[in-house]
Amino acid sequence: MSVLDSTSTILASGVRLTVPLAFAACGEYLAQRAGAMNISVEAMMLGAAFTSVATASATGSATTGLAVGVLTGLVVGFVHGNLSHRAQINTFVVGLVLSALALGLTSYLITTKQFASHQVGTLSIPLLRDIPLIGAPLFSVRWPAYLLILLVPLTWWLVQRSRWGLELRAVGENPQAADVAGIKVNARRRQALLWCGALAGLGGAYLAVGEVGSFNQNMTAGRGYLVIAAVIFGAWRLGRTLLGCLVFGLADAMRLALPALGVTLNPQLLVAAPYLLALLAMLLFAGQHREPAALGRPFLRGST
Amino acid sequence: MKAASPTAPDDLARRLLARLRPGPDDRLTAGVTLALVAVALGVSALLLTMNGASPSASLSAIWTGSLANTAGWTTTLLNAAPLLLVAVGACICASAGTFSIGQEGQVLIGGLVGAWVGLRLAVPGPALVVVVMAAAAVGGGAWAALSALMYRFRGVNVVVSTLLMTFLAIQLVTFAVSTPWLQESAQGSSGIADAQSNPLPAGALLSGFGQYPSLQLNAGLFLALLAAVGVALVLTRSRWGFRVRMVGLNPLTAKHTGVRVAALGGFTLALSGAFAGLAGGLLLASPVSPNRLQPGLSDNVGWDGLLVALVARNRPLIAIPVAFGFAVLRAGGDFLSATGVPYYLVDIVKALLVLAFVAPPVLVGLFRGRRGAAPPTPSPLSVVPIKTKAAA
Repeated sequence: MSVLDSTSTILASGVRLTVPLAFAACGEYLAQRAGAMNISVEAMMLGAAFTSVATASATGSATTGLAVGVLTGLVVGFVHGNLSHRAQINTFVVGLVLSALALGLTSYLITTKQFASHQVGTLSIPLLRDIPLIGAPLFSVRWPAYLLILLVPLTWWLVQRSRWGLELRAVGENPQAADVAGIKVNARRRQALLWCGALAGLGGAYLAVGEVGSFNQNMTAGRGYLVIAAVIFGAWRLGRTLLGCLVFGLADAMRLALPALGVTLNPQLLVAAPYLLALLAMLLFAGQHREPAALGRPFLRGST
Repeated sequence: MKAASPTAPDDLARRLLARLRPGPDDRLTAGVTLALVAVALGVSALLLTMNGASPSASLSAIWTGSLANTAGWTTTLLNAAPLLLVAVGACICASAGTFSIGQEGQVLIGGLVGAWVGLRLAVPGPALVVVVMAAAAVGGGAWAALSALMYRFRGVNVVVSTLLMTFLAIQLVTFAVSTPWLQESAQGSSGIADAQSNPLPAGALLSGFGQYPSLQLNAGLFLALLAAVGVALVLTRSRWGFRVRMVGLNPLTAKHTGVRVAALGGFTLALSGAFAGLAGGLLLASPVSPNRLQPGLSDNVGWDGLLVALVARNRPLIAIPVAFGFAVLRAGGDFLSATGVPYYLVDIVKALLVLAFVAPPVLVGLFRGRRGAAPPTPSPLSVVPIKTKAAA
């Protein structure tokens, strides 16, 4: 196998591993800009992965499974939003408990039933797929991956250009001022979590009915936390966040590919790299006020 | 000079006193809690029947595995000790208003440092176990102190950094057990069969503590109980504990009264890490464990300990029965999984029960006096920064 071929293979595998992260990262980015530190991405992705496979198995349609996965993410986002931004239970507690619940529920339910394997189809774009090196990795993938072309600009537009997004960012930076201006702070955060839930659900479902075709116990394996790390790594900018996802996806692909190529690099180092990078990014960017000022702080009218 | 402020002093006093005596809200909260617990158990039973298992048989399996005989009691109490230690640590830093979720990693690092010291240090005989425990506590404390330092000097969010550091700790331990650091005889390079450290010498193991007919207890349980009672006393009775709680309730007031808020907050975070690390040492040196450092050493004790502290609302004494309850579920769950019901059921039950215990007070608060009835006192569950943005 030539160097070009193996590079292309690693690239293809990296892109496959990046796409679910990228979907979820778009959602997490939007939620964090609203000041909602959403730790339950893992729950959204894992729950969606399970329901999408279960639905695809029941209906025979992987696309229906994908849709139900998005719906599952929405439900988790709704629950998370109401518990932490209506009932004001500590958002980190809610996130951790929901993630534990999702892990337990899906691991348990998968033992009760066998699911048939279903996958959404691959869409190859003629001409473009023949470009050497990057053609196959980028233009011959499962069709939902192309939704990124739509959803990334949409997320960017929502946050940066729409009135809703301007108010959303105000909620994340200074909820007291936003409240005075008549914006419903907690409602806006719940809406942000719904967007996050839908996209994280799409990411989880993509992983299940897109790439793998079946559900394995804990198949997201901490990817939700990786998404949080990606947003931090990206310093709360959408472009850099997606770049972070690509770096993490490629690191994951390298971890899988290196032994086959005969290169001995410590696998633990590659697994730890994303988290280490995110920590370093936080250390570097700290003090530059890139983080939404109210990130992770509950908003209660009358409190400071 | 009437009505200088809308909140007259006696009004304030009444509000403060109202929190001390059981009012209608407390009874309502208890009722809602019971109802939610019933729902949680109902859902669990439903899931059991989906799996074709009988809820009553499963319940009796949990009973048999945890409390029906001395072997069960031994397992339960062995499970309870590290959970309680982690929870007590979480209570300390939550009292200072710092919420950390890195206990799982701190437990692992405690085990790592303890194992390294136990294998490398030639301390004679029974003194070794004390050294191992101390090293484990220092290791966990230092790991948490890193997060405290990152917050103190660079303003890095504690919750996020402790979460990220947990993943680092997991990889660090996996890496350490596959290197000659902890393996004098590295068997091959397959890395699968030998992913654990050498066994600790006998001198590094916790010995039994007292004589109990067929019940095997070790010093760990008494250490954990002592820690819970000690921390409860220190937090509520000592000057230092008062300062810690003041930082948690109102960092600005604490600052104005001369408390070094940042230093105290960071210190409590490190202290909570030390308790988690000690729990790791306990898991390592427990007489029934393999006495080796393994990547699975922590076995979710860090996460569960954090949940114990949440359910106990950060009160160390309440954490004792709660940790016992969690230990019953763990021990019983192990026994249950031997009968064919997946252990994951226990994880579901735990998560649902935590929600059932955490949600009611806030739900009741939400449905009652939405208008100004509850002054926004920062509950220990809310994230209060060690250092306010204005002070930075």
